[in-house]
Amino acid sequence: MAVFPWHSRNRNYKAEFASCRLEAVPLEFGDYHPLKPITVTESKTKKVTRKGSTSSTSSSSSSSMVDPLSSVLDGTDPLSMFAATADPAALTAAADSSRKKRDRDDNSVVGSDFEPWANKRGEILARYTTTEKLSINLFMGSEKGRAGTAAFAMSEKVRTRLEELDDFEEGSQKELLNLTQQDYVNRIEELNQSLKDAWASDQKVKALKIVIQCSKLLSDTSVIQFYPSKFVLITDILDTFGKLVYERIFSMCVDNRSVLPDHFSPENANDTAKETCLNWFFKIASIRELIPRFYVEASILKCNKFLSKTGISECLPRLTCMIRGIGDPLVSVYARAYLCRVGMEVAPHLKESLNKNFFDFLLTFKQIHGDTVQNQLVVQGVDLPSYLPLYPPAMDWIFQCISYHAPEALLTEMMERCKKLGNNALLLNSVMSAFRAEFIATRSMDFIGMIKECDESGFPKHLLFRSLGLNLALADPPESDRLQILNEAWKVITKLKNPQDYINCAEVWVEYTCKHFTKREVNTVLADVIKHMTPDRAFEDSYPQLQLIIKKVIAYFHDFSVLFSVEKFLPFLDMFQKESVRVEVCKCIMEAFIKHQQEPTKDPVILNALLHVCKTMHDSVNALTLEDEKRMLSYLINGFIKMVSFGRDFEQQLSFYVESRSMFCNLEPVLVQLIHSVNRLAMETRKVMKGNHSRKTAAFVRACVAYCFITIPSLTGIFTRLNLYLHSGQVALANQCLSQADAFFKAAISLIPEVPKMINIEGKMRPSESFLLEFLCNFFSTLLIVPDHPEHGVLFLVRELLNVIQDYTWEDNSDEKIRIYTCVLHLLSAMSQETYLYHIDKVDSNDSLYGGDSKFLAENNKLCETVMAQILEHLKTLAKDEALKRQSSLGLSFFNSILAHGDLRNNKLNQLSVNLWHLAQRHGCADTRTMVKTLEYIKKRSKQPDMTHLTELALRLPLQTRT
Amino acid sequence: GTALDKIKRANKVYHAGPIQIINSTIEMVKPGKFPSGKTEIPFEFPLHVKGNKVLYETYHGVFVNIQYTLRCDMRRSLLAKDLTKTCEFIVHSAPQKGKLTPSPVDFTITPETLQNVKERALLPKFLIRGHLNSTNCIITQPLTGELVVESSEAAIRSVELQLVRVETCGCAEGYARDATEIQNIQIADGDVCRGLSVPIYMVFPRLFTCPTLETTNFKVEFEVNIVVLLHPDHLITENFPLKLCRT
Repeated sequence: MAVFPWHSRNRNYKAEFASCRLEAVPLEFGDYHPLKPITVTESKTKKVTRKGSTSSTSSSSSSSMVDPLSSVLDGTDPLSMFAATADPAALTAAADSSRKKRDRDDNSVVGSDFEPWANKRGEILARYTTTEKLSINLFMGSEKGRAGTAAFAMSEKVRTRLEELDDFEEGSQKELLNLTQQDYVNRIEELNQSLKDAWASDQKVKALKIVIQCSKLLSDTSVIQFYPSKFVLITDILDTFGKLVYERIFSMCVDNRSVLPDHFSPENANDTAKETCLNWFFKIASIRELIPRFYVEASILKCNKFLSKTGISECLPRLTCMIRGIGDPLVSVYARAYLCRVGMEVAPHLKESLNKNFFDFLLTFKQIHGDTVQNQLVVQGVDLPSYLPLYPPAMDWIFQCISYHAPEALLTEMMERCKKLGNNALLLNSVMSAFRAEFIATRSMDFIGMIKECDESGFPKHLLFRSLGLNLALADPPESDRLQILNEAWKVITKLKNPQDYINCAEVWVEYTCKHFTKREVNTVLADVIKHMTPDRAFEDSYPQLQLIIKKVIAYFHDFSVLFSVEKFLPFLDMFQKESVRVEVCKCIMEAFIKHQQEPTKDPVILNALLHVCKTMHDSVNALTLEDEKRMLSYLINGFIKMVSFGRDFEQQLSFYVESRSMFCNLEPVLVQLIHSVNRLAMETRKVMKGNHSRKTAAFVRACVAYCFITIPSLTGIFTRLNLYLHSGQVALANQCLSQADAFFKAAISLIPEVPKMINIEGKMRPSESFLLEFLCNFFSTLLIVPDHPEHGVLFLVRELLNVIQDYTWEDNSDEKIRIYTCVLHLLSAMSQETYLYHIDKVDSNDSLYGGDSKFLAENNKLCETVMAQILEHLKTLAKDEALKRQSSLGLSFFNSILAHGDLRNNKLNQLSVNLWHLAQRHGCADTRTMVKTLEYIKKRSKQPDMTHLTELALRLPLQTRT
Repeated sequence: GTALDKIKRANKVYHAGPIQIINSTIEMVKPGKFPSGKTEIPFEFPLHVKGNKVLYETYHGVFVNIQYTLRCDMRRSLLAKDLTKTCEFIVHSAPQKGKLTPSPVDFTITPETLQNVKERALLPKFLIRGHLNSTNCIITQPLTGELVVESSEAAIRSVELQLVRVETCGCAEGYARDATEIQNIQIADGDVCRGLSVPIYMVFPRLFTCPTLETTNFKVEFEVNIVVLLHPDHLITENFPLKLCRT
């Protein structure tokens, strides 16, 4: 094959730029602009009140086009709707309107502000657990069986019989003993499933029996610590049953024509439905035992709707009275809780029964301290302070139901009634847990007084203070009382002996302290916590609470200089001695810092403290640390590094980076950030000096460059290193550090052979070639302006790079190498121009160094020829069947390169391009549309001055028609 | 001995044969031949009582049964057997006229009010008060009232309402009387709060109750027992006769 010489086209970049540039047309206000109609204008929502509405209703001036999205949504898009409701003014307005609506609806619907039972379930199950053995006794026989004989005695003989439960034959009796808590839960779940199965297979009587047997378990108070959880499990079954019965009867009312509306009246229910419903009630009324009879009837309370309008309102008071027959106060209070729960669900407007439950409960309250209960506790070996906390779940629920939207007068009355009773700690606690926080907060001093008067031996006081603290975190007490409240409360809290009790209480009060007081008080509180938690390493058992304290403190102290001036803050951190927890806390602090720190800082207090925090995080990294964790830590540390600024004191800044490098050497992303920061510092210096470095700044900049140069090799990511070398080289060049820049580029070149064929990208192995191509193209753009070193030959960097590319083991069947050569050709063409496309200020590139010297140009052309020969050689090897497509596309791409960069007045080059055109089309692999477009482009170009020779070329380029 | 005796006597009553209170026959179809296929024959006849007997509600008890049956006979030609089919039908009496006069009862139970006690001194002290709103009850309405444990030395185990049906049948040789518990409803479970009224509430079971019945030959009556169980093992019963009616 003949050797083709290369002749670069001469370019006039300025003229080309001017001819390509779009003309800017100034736009008058109100003129049409295609982007204007789709600018988002916050649409007004109906809920927005006067306040602040003017700004948010900026209507769009362009009515030319209606946004299809907003038009569907009736003018209110959901996002702005959220925005509007998030607006506090709008929120209260919405709440007001909904409250009014509720009043109109006669309180018949419970709003979303009522915390549902579902939320409490999990909490109760998690809290009330036992390690004692449990038993389930299921007696599926006739009602004649006396409870006495089937009493839930713990087994005398140790026997574990886990028979199948699906056998509910008449008269069969199952007693499952020695169940662990988990077994018990599983059994109950099985019963729930058997209930559903029985129902599905139309065995209604069996279903009823299962429910009766389950509710019977609620009269069993052995293993009393587990009772609240048992209640949760069993009432789940009752809920299932209630739903099944209701839905069944409801479906009977549906004939093929109409469906019963949700709010139907008894007249709409047909006779069959009524008769079925009545049957259920008769069956339940004949249940012998009180507790199952109560629970099962309560579970189908809603079915009264089919019988009469007043059914529910007659039933609720009767069921409420019925509970008076339950002697055990714990069983009875849970029964009340269940009734309130069903009542709230079915008929929330019937407040009377709720209140009656509360007052009945108060009447029986004294039983808790009565002999029967005390005897039972002795038998079970449970003391009063662990017995009383079994009540709050039920009491809180009852109190919550009553206090929901209750008038202030009722709350006051309830509170007064509780106050009058003796041993009322339990009541106080529930009042504080269930009533509105505002109500409690305004009466904080009263509550503190009451708590103080409580009997020491009963309900634990620290729980009372905890409850009060929780309210005060939500609502503010009167300004004048605030300090006194804190003093009074802390006086008691600090006296708590048990570190667990202490920390549970203190943790809650920290929020109140942070919210209303200064760092002085917070410091005192932290000091007190340290004092209590340090002896015997008590902190080890309380990490979650201690963590919460830290979180609350940082939530209220956004100013980190203030935060770190709280003397006890760092000593507090020292309590987190378990590394994982310590790191978690550090992360919280850093997250808060990144979120809240607005201005860069050089405050030594902050720097010292946070360096310490970051160091802790960094030092936790080891070989087992997960990638995600490392990424997270690096992100946090980087966030800190970016926020540190010593202003014009660049040297100090650099030494900070030096120090950071030594501290965070195990986290690659941090090192990368440091290199970028140092590069930025160098550029910052250049900016300050307006490009003219003094001796001092030049030395400083060289120090920066050196920093990068020695840091990069310690990184592992090959492309990270390559890109950083290139980037740092550019910075060095910009700062007139020519030999340093050369060093960076040489380092990059010598690194290229090490690029592996496959690299790991986010856990997946990918071929690296495309990344290498991308990097090299980038590199070439820089090499254009790198001046040759006087002691090395012409274009020594390009030559070295070409050698490396030549020797690199490329993927078989890949054209990447040729694509790179094509790019080199572009580079060399750009280098042969009289004036280069771009320059770096105060750096003379080869164009001014050589001044278009013919020797330089000859060298350049020789290189071009070599590269071209390589390209053509490669094209030749592609003349095989399976590679024809590649040959075609590569040929066309080379054709385009010549068209763009070569001088086609040269005959040889002209001939080559014609050959390439034919090659591209030879095997019918070319895309006709592309060829047509290319030809059109050539014709268009030929009309430009100096380009007339293209007309002739176009004539020699036939378009192949597919025949 | 007594139980056996009762059965014997009851058998005697039974052996005296059922007392017929109604018997009427009507001819549904004149002799002839049915067309082939299904033939439905509508009929009706009034329930005329024999002599001066009373038409009682249907009732199935242990010794007393009031049953109404319908028998259809089809006589056929000599060579074929006659066909007979019998089925029971239920009779509910018409509501009794006039308003029921409520008859409230107050009661007080203490060790002193009890009969049948062997050693009164061994009994723990207690005072239970209460009332039934009426012992004249409408069968479709619940029995209601209140009970208050004013004081009790011993812990209460349970308070129950026991509904008892008493059947009496008499004949020339005497009479048999038998009481059956037909429903037991627990109204208090465990040591209830002192001084707090516990509701008495019992729905009459539909299958086992009927209006109180008194005839010359037999009686069906109802009673309610309030049963209080005390720790460790004391059983106290207070009996109240009821009069059930349908309005």
